[in-house]
Amino acid sequence: MLETQTKRSGWSWWYLLFVIQVAVALWPPFYNRIEPTLMGIPFFYWFQLLWVIVSAFFTAIVYFATSD
Amino acid sequence: MQEVNWIALGIFVVLFGFISWLGFAAAHWRKGDLDQLHEWGLGGRRFGTLITWFLVGGDIYTAYTFIAVPALAFGAGAVAFFAVPYTIIIYPLLFLAFRRLWYVCHKHGYITAGDFVRGRFGNRWLALAVTVTGIVATMPYIALQLVGIQVVIGALGISGTGFAADLPLLIAFVVLAAFTYSSGLRAPASIAVVKDILIYATALTAIVVIPMQLGGFGKIFAAVPAQKLLLAVPGPNTTGSYSGYATLALGSAMALFLYPHSVTGILSASSGHAIRRNAAMLPGYTLMLGLLALLGFFVIGAGVDKLPEYAGGFKQFGNNFAVPALLLHSFPSWFVGIAFAAIGIGALVPAAIMSIAAANLYTRNIHREFINKNPTDKQESQMAKLVSLIVKVGALVFILFVPTQYAIQLQLLGGIWIIQTLPPVMFGAYTRWFNSWALLAGWAVGTFAGTAMAVATKLTPTFPLVIGGHSFPGYTAVYTVILNLAVAVLLTPLFNSMSSNRTDETVAADYHDKVY
Repeated sequence: MLETQTKRSGWSWWYLLFVIQVAVALWPPFYNRIEPTLMGIPFFYWFQLLWVIVSAFFTAIVYFATSD
Repeated sequence: MQEVNWIALGIFVVLFGFISWLGFAAAHWRKGDLDQLHEWGLGGRRFGTLITWFLVGGDIYTAYTFIAVPALAFGAGAVAFFAVPYTIIIYPLLFLAFRRLWYVCHKHGYITAGDFVRGRFGNRWLALAVTVTGIVATMPYIALQLVGIQVVIGALGISGTGFAADLPLLIAFVVLAAFTYSSGLRAPASIAVVKDILIYATALTAIVVIPMQLGGFGKIFAAVPAQKLLLAVPGPNTTGSYSGYATLALGSAMALFLYPHSVTGILSASSGHAIRRNAAMLPGYTLMLGLLALLGFFVIGAGVDKLPEYAGGFKQFGNNFAVPALLLHSFPSWFVGIAFAAIGIGALVPAAIMSIAAANLYTRNIHREFINKNPTDKQESQMAKLVSLIVKVGALVFILFVPTQYAIQLQLLGGIWIIQTLPPVMFGAYTRWFNSWALLAGWAVGTFAGTAMAVATKLTPTFPLVIGGHSFPGYTAVYTVILNLAVAVLLTPLFNSMSSNRTDETVAADYHDKVY
């Protein structure tokens, strides 16, 4: 009996994007600062919001890269 | 005392009337036999990408979120922004782990996390632990949604004490109970669409208009006291607010999808593709949540907490009054009516989903497992409808007669409890390695320790873990689930050597797609 269905069950290197996404989000020392500001908003706030958009891109990339 | 704001109230009532009608009409949407539990309790698993997006978003972004997150930003400052990394972490979890859960549940007709654990591990007591945890953790959450409705009703000027003041809440409750009973999950799914349109409109407008009114973001942030503006830099020998912030985000993300209402939302999707697409699209909600957290700072910038006309509201509802006060202050009455309707409806959707999810759990994993082993379809769905009603009544009674502070503390405990179901549910989606009794032991240890730690910190979320002179304050839920896993890992080889129960209804191929 040939085992043909294996490729979708394992790790994909694309998932590294998720690792980056989460690691940056969970590292407050990196973004806990005021400067540089954007439109008067401190870095702490606009960076995390920007990271949301970046994460959405990463997720979309992983989605397209790993689907059949 | 504040007078009734008639224009806002009128619009509020009209919108509520509309979604009430919609909730009942939803029974006919993607029609199915609502006497079947999976039709009533999972919407027949027919919701495509877009509807799933609204439904799951309705789970994550509840009225309590819209009131409480800005309230936290207003009161405590930067730490409230943990909601943003929290949501950034959710999406990979959804994409990877919970997609697997969707496939296996779809294949085997599992409706609840309890069903899955029972099938995967063959241990009805482990499944019972997961089930009871799920039900108990959901109850305070439902109660807090009703608090969201209470706050906006109070902000509309309907005040005073006694029955007259509670009447609007009772009416909202009756409407909620009625359309949930008749339409099941289709009701909140259809209303979620309206709710999100309203919430987006309100949030986007607020985020653009209010800074313009206040003279720009620079001025707003300048009004925020320095110690609230950023996380406090940790002192020597401690990771301080940094570890607190990170673990709060991590723990909340891990716990979110274990809640029964999240499981219900996910399992109602029509395909695994819908789940993955949603993981990419749900960040739209996150942005909104981050912007809403900033609203808390707008409150400070606008100084509404110092204005006499809102003093009564702040006295009655505390920091939760921050967003309603800001909206009342910044917008004409007609827009306030829309905004408050958005928040109020934003309470009904998750309350409905949560009560349905709790009912699914009871019906499948307690009643069918231990009481009536062979129900007819009709008996099953009738039981679920009844339980959903009881759960809502319980939440209502709780909110009417128990101080809100207790509900908040109970919800915190609920978060610590629900995360203890992570090993069987999330790890179970990847591997059968664990021994089911070891998992049960881990669950018990984690639950007990978590409760004890929470009580020791007077029901605040962070526990100051001290190792060798260094302090690592962290979210209790994260520490206890690690303990839970450690126990399960240690005990698994031991228990496996004593018996060899490897029951598993599922096979590896069930966890990903071949044909979907």
